[in-house]
Amino acid sequence: MKTLKNRGLIVLILLAVYPFNSQLLGIAPDDSLVVKWKDINVFYDDNERCLICHGEEYYTLSDTVAGVSQIRNMFQDYFVNREDYYDGVHKSFSCTDCHSSDFIRFPHDVATRLEPRYACIDCHGYDENYAHLNFEEIEVEYNNSTHASVENFSCWKCHDPHSYKLFASEVADVGELVLYDNNMCLACHANFTEFRLLTDREEINVVSKHEWLPNQVLHFESVRCIECHTQISDSILVAHMVLPKDQAVKNCTECHSANSRLMSTLYKFESKEKRGNGFFNSIILNRSYVIGASRNIYLGYLSLLIFLGVLSVIGIHIFFRVIKAKRK
Amino acid sequence: MSKGLYLYPKWIRLWHITNAVLFLILIVTGISLQFSGQDEPFVLVSFKTAVSWHNGAAFFLTLSYVVFVIGNSVTGNIRHYRNNSSTYIQDLLKQFNYYRRDMFRGEPHPFPVTEESKFNPLQRFSYVLAMYAGMPLLIISGILLFYPGMLPRNIFGVSGLLITDLVHIATGFLLSIFMVIHIYTCTLGSKPTTLFKSMVDGYHHDDH
Ligand code: HEM
Repeated sequence: MKTLKNRGLIVLILLAVYPFNSQLLGIAPDDSLVVKWKDINVFYDDNERCLICHGEEYYTLSDTVAGVSQIRNMFQDYFVNREDYYDGVHKSFSCTDCHSSDFIRFPHDVATRLEPRYACIDCHGYDENYAHLNFEEIEVEYNNSTHASVENFSCWKCHDPHSYKLFASEVADVGELVLYDNNMCLACHANFTEFRLLTDREEINVVSKHEWLPNQVLHFESVRCIECHTQISDSILVAHMVLPKDQAVKNCTECHSANSRLMSTLYKFESKEKRGNGFFNSIILNRSYVIGASRNIYLGYLSLLIFLGVLSVIGIHIFFRVIKAKRK
Repeated sequence: MSKGLYLYPKWIRLWHITNAVLFLILIVTGISLQFSGQDEPFVLVSFKTAVSWHNGAAFFLTLSYVVFVIGNSVTGNIRHYRNNSSTYIQDLLKQFNYYRRDMFRGEPHPFPVTEESKFNPLQRFSYVLAMYAGMPLLIISGILLFYPGMLPRNIFGVSGLLITDLVHIATGFLLSIFMVIHIYTCTLGSKPTTLFKSMVDGYHHDDH
């Protein structure tokens, strides 16, 4: 929090020192990429007016009157990677579709910089085209999540609109989905530099907090943080109601059982189609193995049958032994 | 009752009781893991307890297995596990027919116990299978499940974890079936308790 304020202060001081005649210089991107991006986005040239600074990790700030120039780093939150931007879902957008056209003036006005920002729901909510993604429910879940109580938190902390790509609904490999989603959490929860920009809470050591989990590495690779840390949601693809830590799942059998929680979280969408083939939780079975959840009813019956068969043969043998003993 | 042949030296008896107790723990905890969940009929131990007891018992079972393999070779007890007969299948059938029919007719044991050969052909067959095929498979698959990082993610498109687990539970199941049959056949001495007594004091008490 403090760092954020400090950085804001530095920017303000900078703006005061170089009031009206500053010139900003960045590094131009590769030509072949430019052709490609121009093809993707008709506002490419307009966007370059912003990206000449915001598309670079650093930029040169010059005072043409005093003849002074300095290299400055672009604050990470204000940095937009062109390659990611023109590859993301919002790739055809002009910067000023979402940001005020007043930003064209540099230095940016404080009033402009303080304008409210859009959230996902502002464009995607109550729109038939996005009805299947149910942004309204995501909004409700998010508002009830622990993240909503963090000042300065927003959709953008996890889903950068400048690089966002569809993932959960597209990806075929569960392992990739797990990695992608967990990295989203770990970007702050395992990176104190990021974490403390948002909260005054102490550093969390994710590894030692989860020491109680047997085979921790396997768990971390195979399931997402949100499997245990969110409330199960039926109506949206990925649950967004992150629960306080004391409400996280700690009972092994929530997942390790025939009616495994994973079937309504990680494997929920595929699971419905693939259930009816004799394999209990077959989708888990194909991709991984979850003790107690991956079961095959036929194998179960077969083993019961063998066991009962053996007991019956023994029973019959005992029967004849008893008869023989009585005859003696 | 006369003290007969000394068939089960102390180390075998110690190994055997350790092995049997650990095996029972592994069966109870293994079933609890496989069928885990609330209100599941076969769950006797909670998941968490089952995980730690299963791992602990498995560690000691592995140790005791190593003792068995080394001990068997060093002491020469392994000679009872070797098959020197040229009529292997016929011998197995003969012993099987004895259990199935001949013993009810009061016929004598087809393969009387001697110092050189304490097991009948069926015993030898099942002990070799259990101790030199079943146990290694069970232990190796168990170790792989304990260190899943050693497993390939994919074996012909199927999760390596799944294949290993199937091997593990199938072997565990078959060895449990072996144990049930084994305990029952151990009641087939001159009295139902005779063979158990042998495993306690080491001596063969039967007259055959
Ligand atoms: C509660 C469980 C068990 C009981 C009551 C039991 C009982 C006995 C008895 C009475 C004998 C001596 C008679 C004979 O040689 O056939 C014996 C021997 C033997 N048992 Fe078991 N057993 C049990 C579990 C097991 C298990 C789990 C295994 C292996 C996985 C096993 C492997 C053997 C072997 C290899 C021998 C022969 C040892 C030798 O003399 O070299 N037993 N058992």
